[in-house]
Amino acid sequence: MAFAYTPGLRVAAVADILKTRRLPLKGQVLVKKGDIVSADTVVARTELPGNVKMLNIANILGVPSQDIYELLHVKEGDPIEEKGVLAQSKGLFGRFFRNTVRSPITGFFETFNEITGQAVLREPPIPVQIDAYVNGTVDEVLPEEGVVISTHCTFVQGIFGIGGEVRGELRTIVDSPDQEVMPDRITPECAGKILVGGSYISNATLRRAIAQGVRAVVVGGFDDKDLKDLLGYDLGVAITGHEKKGITLILTEGFGRMTMAHGTFDLLKSREGMMASVNGATQIRAGVMRPEVVIPLPASMIEKVDQTHQAGAMDLGSFIRCIRAPHFGKLGKVTALPPELKVVDSEAKVRVLEVEFEEGGRAIVPRANVELIEK
Amino acid sequence: MAAREIKSILATDCGSTTTKSILIEWRDGRYRLIRRGEAPTTVEAPAEDVTKGVLNAVGEIEDLEGRQFLNDEKDGVLVSEDGRGVDVYCSTSSAGGGLQMTVAGVVKSMTGESAQRAALGAGAIVMDVVASNDGRLPHEKVADIRRLRPDMILLSGGIDGGTMDHVVELAEIIRAADPKPRFGVGYKLPVIYAGNKDARKAVADQLGETVELKIVDNLRPVLERENLSPARDTIHELFMEHVMAQAPGYAKLMEWTGLYENGKWRNVPIMPTPGAVGKLIETVAGQLNIHVMGVDIGGATTDVFSVFDSEGQPVFNRTVSANLGMSYSVSNVLASAGMENVMRWVPFHMDEADLRNRIRNKMIRPTTIPQELEELIIEQAIAREALRLALVQHRELAVGLKGVAQERTIGDAFDQSSSGATLVDMMALDLLIGSGGVLSHAPRRCQTAHMLIDSFLPEGVTMLAVDSIFMMPHLGVLSEVHPQAATEVFDNDCLIKLGHCVAPAGPVKRGGPLAEVRMTMPDGSTRTEGINSGVMKLIPLGTGEKVSAEIVPAKGLDVGEGPGRTWTGTLEGGVVGLVLDGRGRRPFNLPEDDVKRVEKLQEWSAALNTYPERFLSLGGGR
Repeated sequence: MAFAYTPGLRVAAVADILKTRRLPLKGQVLVKKGDIVSADTVVARTELPGNVKMLNIANILGVPSQDIYELLHVKEGDPIEEKGVLAQSKGLFGRFFRNTVRSPITGFFETFNEITGQAVLREPPIPVQIDAYVNGTVDEVLPEEGVVISTHCTFVQGIFGIGGEVRGELRTIVDSPDQEVMPDRITPECAGKILVGGSYISNATLRRAIAQGVRAVVVGGFDDKDLKDLLGYDLGVAITGHEKKGITLILTEGFGRMTMAHGTFDLLKSREGMMASVNGATQIRAGVMRPEVVIPLPASMIEKVDQTHQAGAMDLGSFIRCIRAPHFGKLGKVTALPPELKVVDSEAKVRVLEVEFEEGGRAIVPRANVELIEK
Repeated sequence: MAAREIKSILATDCGSTTTKSILIEWRDGRYRLIRRGEAPTTVEAPAEDVTKGVLNAVGEIEDLEGRQFLNDEKDGVLVSEDGRGVDVYCSTSSAGGGLQMTVAGVVKSMTGESAQRAALGAGAIVMDVVASNDGRLPHEKVADIRRLRPDMILLSGGIDGGTMDHVVELAEIIRAADPKPRFGVGYKLPVIYAGNKDARKAVADQLGETVELKIVDNLRPVLERENLSPARDTIHELFMEHVMAQAPGYAKLMEWTGLYENGKWRNVPIMPTPGAVGKLIETVAGQLNIHVMGVDIGGATTDVFSVFDSEGQPVFNRTVSANLGMSYSVSNVLASAGMENVMRWVPFHMDEADLRNRIRNKMIRPTTIPQELEELIIEQAIAREALRLALVQHRELAVGLKGVAQERTIGDAFDQSSSGATLVDMMALDLLIGSGGVLSHAPRRCQTAHMLIDSFLPEGVTMLAVDSIFMMPHLGVLSEVHPQAATEVFDNDCLIKLGHCVAPAGPVKRGGPLAEVRMTMPDGSTRTEGINSGVMKLIPLGTGEKVSAEIVPAKGLDVGEGPGRTWTGTLEGGVVGLVLDGRGRRPFNLPEDDVKRVEKLQEWSAALNTYPERFLSLGGGR
């Protein structure tokens, strides 16, 4: 049983992808199975419970909690207006020195607790809606929760990204995958586009792209010190996607100056001018999420999906890419999967594989340091 | 199947990065570790099914052992009564982000802290401690509960018979937050109430049908006593029922773990990894009647366990540093410790930008391992900081009960400690056990010893040990099913003694001698070694070799008997030897000058034989 499961990023010229679009809370689904949707079609909506204000009425009035009920001017569930009266003390002779509690918000009087004297006031619900994100077909309706959209597309996963979902036309701004993105290539025509770069983009160039209204940049590498500068803080745990920096950035290779994999570059370049849906959200922990570029294919480009790809299974002859020094980025074919442990340069005894590189030569590499690629 | 008939046991630990499998068998009259396998954990895409990693890790054992352990007919581990496959299969897990909890207590440093200890002891990651006096406004607490989406909430507060207002108010906040669990839109969030028993009805009325409420005994029934077991047990139960069942592939894995007893299948619940390790460390401390600390540094989290005395009774504590780890959380180590603190452990000069990029690349490809020596040294530098920070957090939580009135006699007048002081006493520590990939799989055991000493700074005389191949989680869960097998494998195959470390503590005069160690060697000869300021020394002393020794500290310094007092006892070696550490404690400082710092790090690494000599040429050489 000489095979191993190895995580790998997907780079597919043609793929059928399912995207689940789920509401944060139960709500209403607005489309039905089989509907053709575009990326900006609203497919489901709901209302999040409004924010809560807590008000200790007993403390404000200086009255024991159990005596508050008779002083309330509202009942649980009643709508309330900002500055409207919620409760009033009896005062002297029922007329003088009456203390009044007014609502700080408009919304609802949710509950009152006679043990604590606390009232819970809730603001009006917050409407939330989700769109289809990609052009495609409604494959499944998740009742009250959302939908699954199926799309026939070109699909490229990156390794790390920041920024959320955006859409735009693809535009390649370097001539080869080993080229750095230079500032002079960021022209006013780049506004609203998704730019494909090569090996590296500097912070200054990225800021220029933001200023020009570029929606997203897909590039091989970026420096961590620049990331810190861009975000304004040192990223701790890799959970991203919520950044509001005016751009979505997707790294296909990693941090530093790294030539974009030729296959990835050539594929993105071949889709020049097409509309793409892009998401920088990355979660590198439970339920790993990688950033992605989804390019729905028009009917004229319907191609058969290669079914030979077996997710995650590595065997003799599998194509792999090295993802750590000293062979980072090199492509090759697995020629041996010895079951016994081998000693590497660090003196660690690890499980290895033997790889024959496309550029020639062989090497022994820890199995953990390669990723599968589709070929 | 009766315990004594069990001959073959398979156990797995599904970590956040790697799934580890071990095979234990009855050989020559005792249980021994036979094989080990591992594979990347497959919670993430493309597999998104934890059992794939399990099959792969067990498959490696099949390959190496040349026997069948996987079921032919359906996916799963082959457990039978007829000698095919294994007799028992059990598993632990910290994949899927582990168990993430929010706890609530009335007073943050009292019931809040007790609730935190209950959750941590059950193997949870505590994301937030909500308390009446935590300084947040009610709506801020509501917003935080919503945002964090815990897997479970533990609500405590008030002693039995005390006031109810505050704990009911906390219930109100939880209700207002209307929290939704991380996994699954359709099910209710489990909330455990372990507070004032008089408030049960009011809390139940408050929370109503909005959550899945479980009521257990108060975890702080009186100020002077904690009663954490009922809450901990219920956390385990709900973890299995609600959280694990929702994570990818776990429903399947939960069906695989178990054994046949008299022809009937008995399921063995999956334990949270830290819960299993803690159980084992607590058992060791109890059996040997010593003070023990254990640290398990994983990919996403670092757990620290300790057993120290509080008022004459051993007290077990566990803390988890949720975002300190060597793969998923490696960047957070950098963010928390600061670049300068990580770089101070690198024994060669390197560019900060380069180091940052390397650490980030490890974060985004967490399952990769250092192939080159330079990368190994950098990872071990990061590990030192992760371990150091985890210890800082442990000290803060492993404390005596706060808010307890202390009775004092005249004898205590010169030895006053306030209530809530840390129980962690590095001078009293007898045994320090390291576990987790970076410690268990360090290519040289002296690297493990060096990392443990640098980060924990043990004082006086401390035995260092390592979990040989990282199997304490497996043995922890196994001890629930078959204690004998767990104990025998722990003693014979798991715990590897590295050797005693001797480190005088106290005000150090630069360049002077700190202590003198007079030893009577196993062959009867005598040997005297000085411990000099700023110097580390390794004395060859093998596993099981013991010497009777006297350690005479310099004036004002302490090696365990008090300042300036001679320590007499037995020093024991190990796979590393006897380490004499003259770098000082209280405080321990590295040279501030960069050139001198690198020189010293290289000198210490050479003394302990930490790295192959070629490390001196890294980063452009000396």
